[in-house]
Amino acid sequence: MKIGVLALQGAVTEHIVSIGKTGAEGTPIKRIEQLDEVDGLIIPGGESTTIGKLMRKYGFIEAVREFAGQGKPVFGTCAGLIVLAKEIAGGEPAHLELMDITVARNAFGRQRESFECDLDVKGIEEPVRAVFIRAPLIEKVGPNVDVLSVYKDEIVTAREGNLLVSSFHPELTDDYRLHQYFTDMVQAAGTAGQ
Amino acid sequence: METGTSRVKRGMAEMQKGGVIMDVMNAEQAKIAEAAGAVAVMALERVPSDIRAAGGVARMADPTIVEEVIKVVSIPVMAKARIGHYVEAKVLESLGVDYLDESEVLTPADEVFHIDKHEFTVPFVCGAKDLGEALRRISEGASMIRTKGEPGTGNIVEAVRHMRYINSQIRKVQNLSKDELYAEAKNLGVSYDLLLEVHELGKLPVVNFAAGGVATPADAALMMHLGADGVFVGSGIFKSDNPEKFARAIVEATTHYTDYKLIAEVSKNLGAAMKGIDIATLTAAERMSERGW
Repeated sequence: MKIGVLALQGAVTEHIVSIGKTGAEGTPIKRIEQLDEVDGLIIPGGESTTIGKLMRKYGFIEAVREFAGQGKPVFGTCAGLIVLAKEIAGGEPAHLELMDITVARNAFGRQRESFECDLDVKGIEEPVRAVFIRAPLIEKVGPNVDVLSVYKDEIVTAREGNLLVSSFHPELTDDYRLHQYFTDMVQAAGTAGQ
Repeated sequence: METGTSRVKRGMAEMQKGGVIMDVMNAEQAKIAEAAGAVAVMALERVPSDIRAAGGVARMADPTIVEEVIKVVSIPVMAKARIGHYVEAKVLESLGVDYLDESEVLTPADEVFHIDKHEFTVPFVCGAKDLGEALRRISEGASMIRTKGEPGTGNIVEAVRHMRYINSQIRKVQNLSKDELYAEAKNLGVSYDLLLEVHELGKLPVVNFAAGGVATPADAALMMHLGADGVFVGSGIFKSDNPEKFARAIVEATTHYTDYKLIAEVSKNLGAAMKGIDIATLTAAERMSERGW
């Protein structure tokens, strides 16, 4: 099983390492044709304005919509969450508009307010160590969105069908359980598609 | 809940990888940089080539400029403090700057000691021209390294030299046996533990960007080819004929640094790059890369 990591900008190698720990194979995706070779896609952390611009420039908006439309799982972390959202608070134009959530960017403040903490995630037994870096949060979710974790009353992990998002960076720790959760989604989608 | 941990500080730099960080001198330039796809901006009073031209003592930027830039962009804002100038760094941190650059582009405030960067909640980037310098800065708490290059020259030769040298030193350290590492730690003037980490990782334990002389899309791609994690562009953008086009082209060339057709495409009709200086014409005192130790 192969999982792509969108490699336009951001923490790409960390995700590839984490995917490797789950037993799947991670590969960087720089061109839309490469999406045909993978069963799932991770949109990594980075700067959402940069990633969004480069996605538009190279045809990734349509290509990823089509990819997700085929039922293939997509996982967005931090900037990836912003890119997947249907709406960005404050009127900034949204990017993929795939997931029925409204996100607020830099919602916890500037870098000096960035933090790490233990966080309970639905579907994962023990808490995960969650690293939040100038992180976004989910202000509103649609009726089909399952909230997987909450930090101080704010939604920071959620799932809608084949779409998974987290405000924090699971790829910055050795704990690969959220990647395992995603790999399991990819596995299940593959089995269902056969 | 913990702020300012090593993971949070180094992680911030990881998020900048594959991106371009641009020097800006006001709100208008900051907006141009953000619109072109910069991953962060460095708020300055003068870009390095102007600092060279002006001479005298170069200091931290006027806080008004930093605040103005913070107000207009949503991407991270960096700012420079003089080497060893603890108070300039604290002042910039208090303004909400996301990343501090303890920079040789400014006139050093201390000729012996760098800032103790562990004391800060916000991360630091520091320049290095060899592995010893890079690891000493990391010991002091730097969360990101960049080559020094030769700022404000528009000449890539020094950045290439520093990137190649650091990488060749890392390869050498990788091949040493553990008992040889003790002597190498002494030679380099670095801690054994940190050198052991480099030996095991085969790279620096933090992100390493290229800086100091990047003037064209091809320069940026060359530094990525040599193993940089990303690129700082100082004078190269706003001292060129067409900053918007240069900025966009450098962003694209950094992302697709092995796609030479694309680099050719984005390099067309850019207009003149910044004029540049032959390094050989600089006296030792004019070389910013000699500052810091």
